[in-house]
Amino acid sequence: MSKLISNMAGSVWKIVVKQGDKVEKGQDLVILESMKMEISLAAESSGVVKEIKVNEGDFVNEGDVLVELE
Amino acid sequence: MFKKILIANRGEIALRIMRTCKLMGINTVAIYSEADKDSPHVKKADQAFLVGGARVNESYLNIDKIIEIAKETGSEAVHPGYGLLSENPVFAKKCEEAGITFIGPSPEVISRMGSKIESRKAMEEVGVPVVPGITYPLSNADEAVKIASSMGYPVMLKASAGGGGIGMQIAHDSEELQKAFAGNQKRATDFFGDGAMYVEKYIENPRHVEIQIFADKSGNTIYLWERECSIQRRHQKVVEEAPSVILDEETRSKMGAAAIKAAKSIGYSNAGTIEFLVDSNKNFYFLEMNTRLQVEHPVTEEITGIDLVEQQIRIAADEVLKYTQSDIKRDGHSIEVRIYAEDPKTFFPSPGKITKLSLPKGSEVRHELAIEEQSVVTPFYDPMIGKLIVKGKNREEAIIHLKNALSEYEIEGIKTNIPMLREVISHQAFKDGDTTTNFVSKYLQNK
Repeated sequence: MSKLISNMAGSVWKIVVKQGDKVEKGQDLVILESMKMEISLAAESSGVVKEIKVNEGDFVNEGDVLVELE
Repeated sequence: MFKKILIANRGEIALRIMRTCKLMGINTVAIYSEADKDSPHVKKADQAFLVGGARVNESYLNIDKIIEIAKETGSEAVHPGYGLLSENPVFAKKCEEAGITFIGPSPEVISRMGSKIESRKAMEEVGVPVVPGITYPLSNADEAVKIASSMGYPVMLKASAGGGGIGMQIAHDSEELQKAFAGNQKRATDFFGDGAMYVEKYIENPRHVEIQIFADKSGNTIYLWERECSIQRRHQKVVEEAPSVILDEETRSKMGAAAIKAAKSIGYSNAGTIEFLVDSNKNFYFLEMNTRLQVEHPVTEEITGIDLVEQQIRIAADEVLKYTQSDIKRDGHSIEVRIYAEDPKTFFPSPGKITKLSLPKGSEVRHELAIEEQSVVTPFYDPMIGKLIVKGKNREEAIIHLKNALSEYEIEGIKTNIPMLREVISHQAFKDGDTTTNFVSKYLQNK
């Protein structure tokens, strides 16, 4: 199982996958927004989206788990 | 003259405007969001009012609440600063309807220049050169490809309502253009509520040179020379200077004349900036007009000795310009660098608490700061936390002053772009004046 972890403080702008999706390594899962900039966060390994821990618009801190893959 | 002005902004520009108001004997009203309650701009104002939550649409973009505060405090005018509501015609209109003077041009002019397609059309009509391209919205990606192939690649795909680099992308061939279209159109719709897209020819190795103009309400129009803002990252300016290293006197006066013609033709009043791209043969092309004070206005103040905010307020108060073109002097060289709270390599935002702030001192150094020691930089707003401005007798001296100032500049607790600025200033290509808009990717990222 792998986790997608936020690399900065900001809000969740877009979640581009849903639970059960099969994703490839390097595929964008979540787009964060901070200081008027959007940063895409990509899967570090291939897998299936097990759980999405956040909603669009949520505020997250650096280190927060956003998505769990298995 | 006004007795009280509400400043509908935050950070360094709110403080900058307050400073001039104080000199003019005008009281100031600040507004702030919940995230900004301990900010310097709140403490420095004569009065300060909470306007809403941390997110800009709850606070600094809350038009009705801001106008309500202006009315309740008896503010006779509103200064919008830059960004936020500064180029919002609805805000300007609502101020007007409430009997409050909006310090800027008319809502009609803001609205016309806010559309890149409309402003290109307006400039073409009066014979100001524009970047070759179209002046109508594209209906789909196929139409974009058809036009691009007749113009020749590379092309720039742009959102008509775009700004801050959002909704624009270079395309080198039809495949890239096809791919870029949908994504950029969607981003433009999400960000600006307007998905109108157009294409223009990509100018190779361009410089970004802009002309500062001032027009009073009687139509007297002057220009305060140029600023060169070619060094950018993510299509946002990082280093700005005046005068430009590329312009000769002939090109300078041609661009000044074009800027004045442009401003007069649209019935402009107050401060404005006409942005041009200049190619390697010194051909210049209209890019867009900013109908407000610019972030980089201090470099113009340094070389002309004129307080731009004071002139804005005087024009808004129906005064006639006391300068004619021949009164505008040009003395020395000034450079401004923007201090961003971000990683100096990846440019990713770096919010957090400033644990130490130690600033360079000296008469050749000017600071415009949004923060102080112990300030918390939140993720809700633009990453710019300050500006450092230097002045020298000439460019060479200004670079030396800037290099010294940057070496003494210390911020701890968050990451900043100061290491990147030091690299730019120390680079031989910068000293040589090889300042094109691809400077960062050409000299700093491909090492």
